[in-house]
Amino acid sequence: MTDKKTLFIDGKEVEFTNEPNLLEVIRKAGLNVPTFCYRPDLTSFGACRMCVVEVEGRGIQSSCTMPPENGLKIHLNTEKTRRIRKTVLELLLANHDRKCLTCERSGNCELQQYAEEYGIKNIRFPDKKEEEYLPVDESSYSIVRDPNKCILCGACVRACTEFQGHSVLGFANRGSKTVVQPMGGRPLAEVDCVNCGQCAAVCPTGALTIKNEVDKVWDEITNPNKTVVVQMAPATRVALGEMFGLPAGENTIGLMNAALRKIGFNLVFDTNFSADLTIMEEATEFLGRLNSGKDLPLFTSCCPAWVKYLEDQHPDMLHHLSTCKSPMSMLSPVLVDLVPKYFNVERENLVVVAIMPCTAKKYECKRPELARDGRPDTDYVLTTQELGKMIKAAGIDFKALTPEPNDSPFGEYTGAATIFGASGGVAEAAARTAYEVVTGETLNDVDIKQMRGTSNRSRSIELDIKGSKLVVRVVSTLLEAEKAIQEIKAGKADFQLLEVMACPGGCVNGGGQPRSCDNSATKQERAQGLYKEDSELNMRKSHVNPSVKKLYDEYLEKPNSHKSHEILHTVYKNRFEGSYKDL
Amino acid sequence: MEKTTLNLDIKQEQAKAQEIIKSQGLRVLVCAGTGCVANGSLQIIEKFKELGADVSVLTDYDKMTIIPTGCHGFCEQGVLVIIPDKHVTYVKVKESDVEEIYESHIKNNKPVERLLYTDPQTKQHVHKNEDINFYAKQTRTALANCGKINAESIDEAIAVRGYEALANVIAANNPDAVIDEIEKSGLRGRGGGGFPTGRKWRFTAANKGGKSYVVCNGDEGDPGAFMDRSIMEGDPHKLLEGMAIAAYAIGADEGYIYVRAEYPLAIKRLRKAIADAEARNYLGKNIMGSDFSFELHIKEGAGAFVCGEETALIASIEGERGMPRPKPPFPANKGLFGRPTLINNVETLANIPVIMLNGADWFAKMGTETSKGTKTFALTGEVNNTGLIEVPMGTTLREIVFDIGGGIRNGKKFKAVQIGGPSGGCLTEEHLDLPMDYDNLIKAGAMVGSGGLVVMAEDTCIVEVARFFMNFTQNESCGKCVPCREGTKNMLKILEKIVAGKGEMSDLDLLEDLAQSVKDGSLCGLGKTAPNPVLSTLKYFRDEYIAHIKDKKCPAGVCTAMKKIVIEESLCKGCTKCARTCPVGAITGSVKQPHKIDQAKCIKCEACLTNCPFKAIVLE
Repeated sequence: MTDKKTLFIDGKEVEFTNEPNLLEVIRKAGLNVPTFCYRPDLTSFGACRMCVVEVEGRGIQSSCTMPPENGLKIHLNTEKTRRIRKTVLELLLANHDRKCLTCERSGNCELQQYAEEYGIKNIRFPDKKEEEYLPVDESSYSIVRDPNKCILCGACVRACTEFQGHSVLGFANRGSKTVVQPMGGRPLAEVDCVNCGQCAAVCPTGALTIKNEVDKVWDEITNPNKTVVVQMAPATRVALGEMFGLPAGENTIGLMNAALRKIGFNLVFDTNFSADLTIMEEATEFLGRLNSGKDLPLFTSCCPAWVKYLEDQHPDMLHHLSTCKSPMSMLSPVLVDLVPKYFNVERENLVVVAIMPCTAKKYECKRPELARDGRPDTDYVLTTQELGKMIKAAGIDFKALTPEPNDSPFGEYTGAATIFGASGGVAEAAARTAYEVVTGETLNDVDIKQMRGTSNRSRSIELDIKGSKLVVRVVSTLLEAEKAIQEIKAGKADFQLLEVMACPGGCVNGGGQPRSCDNSATKQERAQGLYKEDSELNMRKSHVNPSVKKLYDEYLEKPNSHKSHEILHTVYKNRFEGSYKDL
Repeated sequence: MEKTTLNLDIKQEQAKAQEIIKSQGLRVLVCAGTGCVANGSLQIIEKFKELGADVSVLTDYDKMTIIPTGCHGFCEQGVLVIIPDKHVTYVKVKESDVEEIYESHIKNNKPVERLLYTDPQTKQHVHKNEDINFYAKQTRTALANCGKINAESIDEAIAVRGYEALANVIAANNPDAVIDEIEKSGLRGRGGGGFPTGRKWRFTAANKGGKSYVVCNGDEGDPGAFMDRSIMEGDPHKLLEGMAIAAYAIGADEGYIYVRAEYPLAIKRLRKAIADAEARNYLGKNIMGSDFSFELHIKEGAGAFVCGEETALIASIEGERGMPRPKPPFPANKGLFGRPTLINNVETLANIPVIMLNGADWFAKMGTETSKGTKTFALTGEVNNTGLIEVPMGTTLREIVFDIGGGIRNGKKFKAVQIGGPSGGCLTEEHLDLPMDYDNLIKAGAMVGSGGLVVMAEDTCIVEVARFFMNFTQNESCGKCVPCREGTKNMLKILEKIVAGKGEMSDLDLLEDLAQSVKDGSLCGLGKTAPNPVLSTLKYFRDEYIAHIKDKKCPAGVCTAMKKIVIEESLCKGCTKCARTCPVGAITGSVKQPHKIDQAKCIKCEACLTNCPFKAIVLE
């Protein structure tokens, strides 16, 4: 008696265990079939019909939706399956804006890839007519939506619903007039989009893309009067290498520093520095709230998608949110204030660029409340993807570079900072510092493993700080955040700190990271890269960062001081009022 | 198995209900189906009630009761008024005829001859309902009570054995035996697919234990089909009883009837029927004092054709966009709200009480080897007797079109029938003697579908018919899967090109190739069957397509683009009437000289043609 289960792919016996569908079994066997709509982290949809296989006795089935069964005999490439796939491709191409060369996704488009692989040369159906073209929506700071390139695979709709519980994007109309559009056909900027970019991350074509600001940054770099400084978020360093053939999770910070200098950035700092700064501020704020018992649980405020969600949906909960700016928006004002002093640069010639795994940061940097004297502290946010494109355009052989260190003093960081890039990292870093501040003792084992993991999107961790119990809730995705909010509203919440990252698994899986939507494991590998760096660093607690200490001594006085409130904290507003919801 | 003791005796209830009917005196049945309501039957009912107020005039009865019924089926002849005790059926009754019927027939026993049905063949007046050819050839089981009882009265339903089967089934306390009986009857799904009903029940019952649902699919959307509507309007209790029996058999305690919002009368009557049945404890908690509870809801659909597909219907009830979901998982395993769900169509469920009362063997005696029982059809198009019919499976098309349907209108020649709606196919003269059942129709390239049957005469353009249905499906595609969404659009484009006279021979190969891919590759039944009208017409009427393409001619003279209106010089007297009639100034000529039509300007409105006093203008 054996419970080994097998099926036959093109006559070859293949074992399977708990794969949810035939497509996963096929991939596990080292084979593949094309698909547009299947994304392993989303529910199966079965819409594009590219992954069809012939199942003996069951006819044509979409392999992404059919569960494997013992003894099933399936065939991948038959006359029928190939004819269906080619017809689907032809039909999609006939209805597609085929100005591929100027498309943001050219060279990285699944429709283009399959059309090439399947040798589609002759499209037998009439092209989409000029009058059938719909306007491109460029209203959002983060995302460009071009409905003329949409193949209606529904991945974005599922991502928005299943990750963010939000359904900003949905299907409208019927038949060949079906479109995916923001609620009510409004521009993206006018609906409750949180700019997380997960829609663009799962889009197989150029229908949803990241708003590209590479040219604007090139203009600044090539302007000899400007001093362009750059910072990069923790999660970017473990993903950028993927665009150059390096494995996910490989820490490329040294190569990144070198590449950024080669491109022409004048000073290369690190957002990790201000992640440490964030911990100093947020841990102090948290301990203050614990003492006063007010506004608990404290919500982390690093994630701009989460902040906007709360402003849009639960303005009554804004007092829970930490007043700390995000690490990016903490470092930028420090750079704006101190780089001119330290490096003899004039403020008006200083340009601050941030490399982020995140599309929502493009929105964050343009928030009016983060501007001082009418100018934002962060001038441009480029995503990891955009930086990859810049490196390629600059003709840099990324892998062949010699690693270089960051510039001082805003480049020094601890292990606590680098784990910010994974869900649970902020809470773990805060706990490390809080423990030592509260107890006055040294924390020897800094690893809080229960806080880690990219697949479990909601976890409660009970900490014992010398007898006093502290419960931390770590969630990624706004769907899980919403559940936590409902617990609080129902008076059932037992936690004092809520860490929220809108992207599943945290920033490592941000909407601006290199595309990885066909592989569930990538985000885990990237997170491992960050935890590895943390474990290898000598300094692993934010409050031991000497550069941070120096900054307080020379400029900010102490955490939560008047000066730091002025520079490192902000206020949030109710976006509900005056919005379309009042109509 | 120990029997369940009920807190009522259904036979006693029946006797009570029959007494009520007897006490009604002379019953005058007035059709109050949607079609007849539109023709003024509500006014007729009011008029009768007004006149019948004075009961002293009646000779044999102490009372007269006007019964608004569901659809009688003979919609062509509506409004129908039937007085069973006087063995008469009046047709095409108007409000102004009521007084005459009352005075002449009801008071003085003298039938009103002019309101009787006239047989188109014999030209004789027919008195009795059962002697009218339209009814004579039918066997009514699902429709048995439609048109015979007051659809809004639960007593009338009980009087004709309503809820008897349910009472028996609950008392017998053996749900599996119910499934056995349905399986044995050979009943197959009447909604389109023809899946064996008993087997579906067994699959769902296999998941017994937790929450299960029974869902009735009343989202009848085929153009011209109204079988399910007629049952819901005419005999709602039969449907409720069928659902309750199904729920009992599979272990469900909650159900939904999904009805399109465009069926307001059906919804109204179903709501009343549910309320009445709950009041008598035939539905609701602890039905008839047993442990069995069944709560029934109505869900109004918003008019999407695709919601007739079971997984889209489930999504719609759940509040999602009506988009089909891939199967597996089948609803029997994971359906409504993720629970095991039995979905049957209205007609299927209406057959259940009848089977349980009369036995599987009785039911299986009707029909063919693989298709048992009867099937309702909505007979429309170019036949004399349009309406709702029910015939044993295996009845030939000839019997339906010529005997029941009374042949083609205006003496035209039969050309084809489109059966099964937009998912079905066209059958031709060669299929007239084909016994119609599930399998024969599939073999012929059509399908029973829900039972829409559109008869076409010689002057119907078959390419235009294919274009019409393709336009329908491409509008009604949910837009989810590529073959259906884009494929139907492109098939339509090709068909439009052909009827516009711009087709090329290579279009036919492309059309066929695309049709096959859409059929093979689509996600749900809508897409998989959408190419059927194209494929079947290409198979049986290829010449007609070729005529459109090669000769740029529409043999039926329907396609406007290929019409050419010309003036025969020899017949034209130059009266100038046509030139004055033409709305676009396409006709020129001097007085008393032959006129000419500028073909580039002509919009083919035929105004000149109908107005020419000398018949000098002809269609080429």
